Amino acid sequence: MTRTITLRVNGKDHTLDVPVQRLLIDCLRYDLGLTGTKEGCSIGVCGACTVLMDGQMVSSCLMLAILTDGKELRTVEGLAQPNGTLSPVQQAFIDHGGFQCGICTPGMVTAATALLEANPRPTDGDIKEWMMGNLCRCTGYYKIITSIQAAAACLRGEEVA
Amino acid sequence: MNPFAYHTPETQADVLALLRQYGDAAKLMAGGTALTIMMKQRLVLPETLISLHRVQGLAGVQERDGALYLGALTTHRAAETSAVVQARLPVLAQTYREVATIRVRNAATVGGGLAHADPNQDPPVTLLALDAHVQLASSNGQREVPLHAFFTDYYETVLRPEELLTAVRIPLPGPHTGSAHVKFLPRTADDYATVGVAATVQLDPATGVCQHCRIALGSLGATPLRATQAEAVVQGQRLSPELLREAGAVAQQHTDPLSDTRGSAEYKRAMAGVFVRRALEQAWQQALAG
Repeated sequence: MTRTITLRVNGKDHTLDVPVQRLLIDCLRYDLGLTGTKEGCSIGVCGACTVLMDGQMVSSCLMLAILTDGKELRTVEGLAQPNGTLSPVQQAFIDHGGFQCGICTPGMVTAATALLEANPRPTDGDIKEWMMGNLCRCTGYYKIITSIQAAAACLRGEEVA
Repeated sequence: MNPFAYHTPETQADVLALLRQYGDAAKLMAGGTALTIMMKQRLVLPETLISLHRVQGLAGVQERDGALYLGALTTHRAAETSAVVQARLPVLAQTYREVATIRVRNAATVGGGLAHADPNQDPPVTLLALDAHVQLASSNGQREVPLHAFFTDYYETVLRPEELLTAVRIPLPGPHTGSAHVKFLPRTADDYATVGVAATVQLDPATGVCQHCRIALGSLGATPLRATQAEAVVQGQRLSPELLREAGAVAQQHTDPLSDTRGSAEYKRAMAGVFVRRALEQAWQQALAG
């Protein structure tokens, strides 16, 4: 049993026939070739598969692809500019060591992007609350917080120390 | 995951017609955060899946006739950030805010959580202490069920196959009333609690005597529980350390938790006593202040 769905991913429209039971993570990775989004725990806990649906963070491992019909999605591939220039969040993760082994990073930078769109001036407490659903097993949380604060400052047009 | 027939009704009437047609063979999906996992694990194998994501008119918070109404498709995140919920029932906004993570709360719905009926969830505990009622609709009509009569067993409720949970009604508390929800989270903030307790206390302002009390327990039995025996201990009494200890001791006697990775049954029972004490004291102090 398949369904035809139309969705916009990173600004590009796609019309696909997907099996009804297909998960969004598999649709992104295997149907659309967007392998930046990772699958970690498969039960919505680890945050590696975080994508933005109509601007809101969701777990793509817990979302049936058919439920995204008509929706606008952003994945890690959609964060950089088309010419490859990294977004301030991505660049800050590199500059401040928030990017370590890389498995959690797509979900981290996607979640952090949503945070800074909702709250351009977060406290460290705001960051911890927002990001607590994204797990890093390199124990890099403090560097991630530093990276997000640096990205926030950059997006506000402030000089970064 | 197994395939299924899939429907995306756009009105409540269409949902009810589909439920009438498919009955037990159909499962309703709202946010899908719980059901998708159960389908992935093949614990639930619906022949027909009815997604509610296009249904209009079932989301949002309204205040009318001395009560708050939370539409069944209101997300946890919307409940938590609702100015009305924050102002009128801060304990409920706080409870939703402490469920899982923002990512889960963006999808999980108020009605979906209740219909899922997992006794480890937090919102049913606070809603029980607030005397919430759930509104159920079918093509034969509507009925309202007090939440304490809604849950029947692990993942089981009185919802009939043809029924849809449409809203939760929560009476607004009167003056000199306090409510609290506390939970024990030994692992991570997004985990299910080892135990969770909510309490509501209404005091006579002249005497400080408790006129009404509701205590509810999570993760301590097959359903979220009302600790009616402990409530009886508290009613008609003034706050004292001895009273809180007695209420905790009585509450824990009437629990039936499972041993799991969050604690042994014996430990959970002991923690029930501690957390009943803490919830009651917080609610009481709030009632005294109000």
